[in-house]
Amino acid sequence: MLRTLTGLLMLLAALVPWPARADAAAARFVTVPGGHFVSSLLDGTRTVTVRVAPFAMMEKPVTEAQFAAFLRAHPEWQRGRIAPLFAGPNYLAGWLTPTDPGDAQAARRPVTAVSWFTARAYCDSLHAELPSWYQWEYAAAASSSSRDARAGMIRRNAILAALMRATGQRPGLIGQRPANVYGLRDLNRLIWEWVSDYGAMFPDVNGDVGSAGSGSVLRLCGGAALAFRDPSDYALAERVAALSMLAPADSSPFVGFRCVRNLGDAP
Amino acid sequence: MKKFVQLLCAALLGTGLIAAAQAAEPAPLPATSIYRIPPLTLVDQDGHSFSFASLVGTPRLLGMFYASCQMACPVEIETIKQIEHAVAKAGATPISVVLVSFDPTHDDVAVLRKAAVQHGVSAPEFLLTRAMTGDIGMLGGVLGISWRPLPGGGFQHNVVVALLDREGRIIATDPANGRIDPAFVAAIVREERATR
Repeated sequence: MLRTLTGLLMLLAALVPWPARADAAAARFVTVPGGHFVSSLLDGTRTVTVRVAPFAMMEKPVTEAQFAAFLRAHPEWQRGRIAPLFAGPNYLAGWLTPTDPGDAQAARRPVTAVSWFTARAYCDSLHAELPSWYQWEYAAAASSSSRDARAGMIRRNAILAALMRATGQRPGLIGQRPANVYGLRDLNRLIWEWVSDYGAMFPDVNGDVGSAGSGSVLRLCGGAALAFRDPSDYALAERVAALSMLAPADSSPFVGFRCVRNLGDAP
Repeated sequence: MKKFVQLLCAALLGTGLIAAAQAAEPAPLPATSIYRIPPLTLVDQDGHSFSFASLVGTPRLLGMFYASCQMACPVEIETIKQIEHAVAKAGATPISVVLVSFDPTHDDVAVLRKAAVQHGVSAPEFLLTRAMTGDIGMLGGVLGISWRPLPGGGFQHNVVVALLDREGRIIATDPANGRIDPAFVAAIVREERATR
């Protein structure tokens, strides 16, 4: 009797998913203090100063291991089960199975090839959301020694060079470079990251925005270069352009994400 | 004893699965149905709340807007009214319209009611709604609608009005920019007749 019950308990234990490994569970958020900054994106032809409220942002991009844990808990977002509205055929296409990236470095590699919808759903599962462009841009403007290092040409060129080297390669590992002044890592050089309002970043000549992923290339080649305050910041322009060319159900092997939590306007 | 264990296992596992299957009723939506987005609760200009998925079952026009919008959204609403007028002229019954606000912070029921009065639209034919729970970003994503709050107030956004079939598939879309596209009107007429 006792043995049978023990057996039953073992059976049940095997059926209950183990708690995610420590590396997969820990999504550490760091506080980014609010402030004013001048966005690189123009509003029409005007330069805009944005007031960013304090928020908390994930220290690192979401890893393959973290995303795998999410998929085990939310099977409706798994490759093969997900509604085609939310992810196309490239969604996690390189993974060994729907829940296994097949990567020994999964705990250190940023997840990519995820659609905007799935990134959003992941953040929602943490009671968080995708950052807005302004939040992301504000956080990424910081270097390890300055809150706004954007004007530095050496850093700017290094970012561009890193992105160009990384193009077509599997994303590198997280944490190989120092954190910025807020304690955030790998915002600029490792991958591109989804933002919540990415579809509305590229106004056309009329100031309207088209549907994301449709005709954005034309906007990029035409008037869109005018949408940047500093057209010589190619790395940033390339980032915005790359995102704008994607439809929200698209997945790119170079686009991952991280999440934020709004802290409200309280200081 | 063994039988008891088997029964217990069945009770723990099998019935759980059956219960889950029953909870998933009614009939599954098509893979591309817009009603597959995660749950969203809306409230309309009359204060009636309902789940977005409950809109299934009849063809509709679906779009997004915000009430304090000065240009694009008034044009959007007036264009939809003219499209519906063209549908009626073609001998079909105008189909119901649902617009969801992407400015839920400001667009409460009182604001929605005021906007409805200003545009001369009323429930149940023409619903101006805002989300009470759920993620309107998912809705915007499947409709191809993007918005971004501007530092000076208002939003940078685009306009898409989608014709949904009764199961929530997007049959056609229109930029609702003041021009009446005969092909869009014809699609509505076709869809409305097909579901009579």
